[in-house]
Amino acid sequence: MISRLAKDKIAKNSSALLLGLSSLLILLVFLGLLWKAQPVLQEYSLGQLLSESVWAPLKGKFGFLPFIMGTLWVTALSLLLAVPLCIAASVYLVEYASDRLRNMVLPLVNVLAAIPPVLYGVWGVLFVVPLLGTYVAPVFGISSSGYSVFAGGIVLAVMIFPIMVSIMVEVLQTIPYELRAVSLSLGATRWETIKHVILKKAKPGLLAAVVLAISRAFGETIAVLMVCGNIPHLPKSIFDAGYPIPALIANNFGEMMSIPLYDSALMFAALLLFLIIFGFNLISRLILNRLEGQHS
Amino acid sequence: MFPYPSLETEKAQDLSPIILPKIQIKNLNVQVEGKQILKNISLDIPNNSITSIIGPSGCGKTTLLKTLNRLLDDQKEVEVSGSVLVNNEDIYAPGAEVTHIRKKMGLLSQKPFPLPMSIFDNIAYGPKIHGIRDKKALKQIVEQQLINVGLWEEVKDRLDASATRLSIGQQQRLCLARGLAVAPEIILGDESTSALDPISTQTIENLLIELKEDYTIVLVTHILRQARRVSDYILFLYNGEIAEFGRTEDVLLNPQNEITKQYVKGYIS
Amino acid sequence: MRNIKARLIEEKIAKGFMQLSGIIITGSLFFIVGTILYKGLPYLSWEMISQTPQGGFYMGKEGGILNAILGSLYLASASTFLATLIGIPIVLYLNVYVKKGSLLARSAKLLFDVLFGIPSIVYGAIAFSLMVYLGIRASLLGGIITITLLTIPIIVRTLDELIDTIPTDLRHVTSSLGATRWETAKVMLKYIKPGLFTAILLAFGRAIGDVAGVLLTTGFSDNLPKYIDEPTATLPLAIFFQLSSPIPEVQGRAYASALLLTFLILVIVLCSHILASKQKKHKI
Repeated sequence: MISRLAKDKIAKNSSALLLGLSSLLILLVFLGLLWKAQPVLQEYSLGQLLSESVWAPLKGKFGFLPFIMGTLWVTALSLLLAVPLCIAASVYLVEYASDRLRNMVLPLVNVLAAIPPVLYGVWGVLFVVPLLGTYVAPVFGISSSGYSVFAGGIVLAVMIFPIMVSIMVEVLQTIPYELRAVSLSLGATRWETIKHVILKKAKPGLLAAVVLAISRAFGETIAVLMVCGNIPHLPKSIFDAGYPIPALIANNFGEMMSIPLYDSALMFAALLLFLIIFGFNLISRLILNRLEGQHS
Repeated sequence: MFPYPSLETEKAQDLSPIILPKIQIKNLNVQVEGKQILKNISLDIPNNSITSIIGPSGCGKTTLLKTLNRLLDDQKEVEVSGSVLVNNEDIYAPGAEVTHIRKKMGLLSQKPFPLPMSIFDNIAYGPKIHGIRDKKALKQIVEQQLINVGLWEEVKDRLDASATRLSIGQQQRLCLARGLAVAPEIILGDESTSALDPISTQTIENLLIELKEDYTIVLVTHILRQARRVSDYILFLYNGEIAEFGRTEDVLLNPQNEITKQYVKGYIS
Repeated sequence: MRNIKARLIEEKIAKGFMQLSGIIITGSLFFIVGTILYKGLPYLSWEMISQTPQGGFYMGKEGGILNAILGSLYLASASTFLATLIGIPIVLYLNVYVKKGSLLARSAKLLFDVLFGIPSIVYGAIAFSLMVYLGIRASLLGGIITITLLTIPIIVRTLDELIDTIPTDLRHVTSSLGATRWETAKVMLKYIKPGLFTAILLAFGRAIGDVAGVLLTTGFSDNLPKYIDEPTATLPLAIFFQLSSPIPEVQGRAYASALLLTFLILVIVLCSHILASKQKKHKI
């Protein structure tokens, strides 16, 4: 009997320890990044780092604006493409589709989620980049290699499809049927019901899905790096190359040790990424958790 | 002139002073997911009166109600045969326009479900959908309907507040007003007072009795006393079939059917 | 009165757009897999799978990517194993010892949700700095540590959702029989067993596909992985490197490698899908 209780206690304490350690992890990541970013932060002010647009580590110039803009361009483009598509598809799956169709499509969306980023990158290089460079850009009278923020946006859009669709479908499914019945019985068509009632009711949840997708998009590294061109300048059109923050870190880590402040600057980039994503994640999870609590 | 095929007894003849049947149901059969819920229902629901549908739970009360405004079509795997005539038009005819049919019927559900918008917009929602854009006209409709359900004095200063802020009783009256705002001819109530306190229940019941001057009202209820209080006619459903239909006092005091007798006495519930 | 025809036409247009969106989203999967299949199949050969890079491999000469395949399998297996080992006690602790709905339970769940969202490049950067600080070079070990950290949140979140589906009656029954909470936990574990494998497969799929985390911590090598403290090749990284080569032959092999990875992932997804449907039956 004693040994049973002792076992219980050991199990409890060791599990608690593991939980504690992994909770500490997030704090450690933050402190570690902050500590490594210190040197560059002491040399330059935060405002300088964020607003300067010249990136020349050899000359000691660390302007992060091109990278911030690169990330923003790519993310904004991907949202522009993915958000309407995902909302429309999710609404269709919940409001119109038969159970059979829904049970067929949702697993496929999950497969899309399981495809590794590098494969999205390969697809981008094989299909999106040549398409943009050879066919789309000339239509606008622009000559472009295809390696551009637009290509990054397209690849990223496809990558955030699954996370958005799966959360949006869940959100829409929590809306009580009776609310639909109310609108329908007033003589509204299904579409009017969706437009005026369903989407309105689902707004916070849909927003949370978008925010979560944004944080996913911000952090996506390799697929975007492969198709984006990676030139540290401010993109002027969607057919211009861009250089998002994660690509900066991935491309330059390891070879930076000899240049003063370089590694610290890259750590600052990682810190930036971490903080933005942490914040966005926290916001959207809090919204989603609250919604879940409301309906269950 | 309008015989009741379900009640081919002497009794049926006594019902004759009915002015006009508003809804005529003929040989209605409903299957939901392969299960027969309603069997061969034939029935005329009279105009300007309250008809209560009673019966033990699972007998098909709510299904019958939802068949009337075709909300049932909305669910999956539903098969309907037979016809439902409203104003002599078959709402299950191939070309029948669903939104048009539903507009004629206000639905008051079990629990109030205010739409996610303000009090004003809740009532203006229906009229707007049906093309009324004029602000003044909308305002008038909202005020009129809120007065109709006795809510105007309580909410006139906060029409822009979210409808979910109201008490449950107020919400249910709001839902009634919302239904009335599209100028229906029929009101369908699905155990509309079951979530309410006794005082709110009484308010709704009195409202319905007032409203029957202008509307045809069909209520589903499981409270026998409520059926007695408000209704002119009672339809007793048992296992998806009509067990008895007639004037309230006849059905309750002098039931013809053995099952109805037992139900009225409280043996089946 | 607004024309009902106009309203119905509006509905038709909206519905059409929704259907199109659904087709685009679902179609993108087939499109991606199809593109890789089409480009990669001609270059796929037995040599690719069975050999390590020989001299001049990166100039388009003989050899294969066995080093990367094995490296990835080692890396993903080891980190999934470790993550499961760490993740299961955490989940059980959160569900057995911590009161459901308490602040601790809720914030811990939130924490893992957030950890799940942190991109692998950040994990990679921090692990890399740590390794530099400790004097460890890029190696299989470094990769395993990074990817383990990356996969713990996946395991924890998936299992936690599974445990939520256990009927509360079952928990009460076991504890009223006089079981300690540890024993209750064991019953729980048994209950979610099919789902556990799904979670593990999911984590494995994520582990084997990650690049950003291993790029900085695992390095690359043409040799078969022998020691845990040596740089090791991984499949996604092999794809990435070969693709950036200007030589068509090498690029072709990148496509073939991508095809291999796609195949691996599809097998994993299929297995987890089968297991998941088993779990569903189990529930009913």
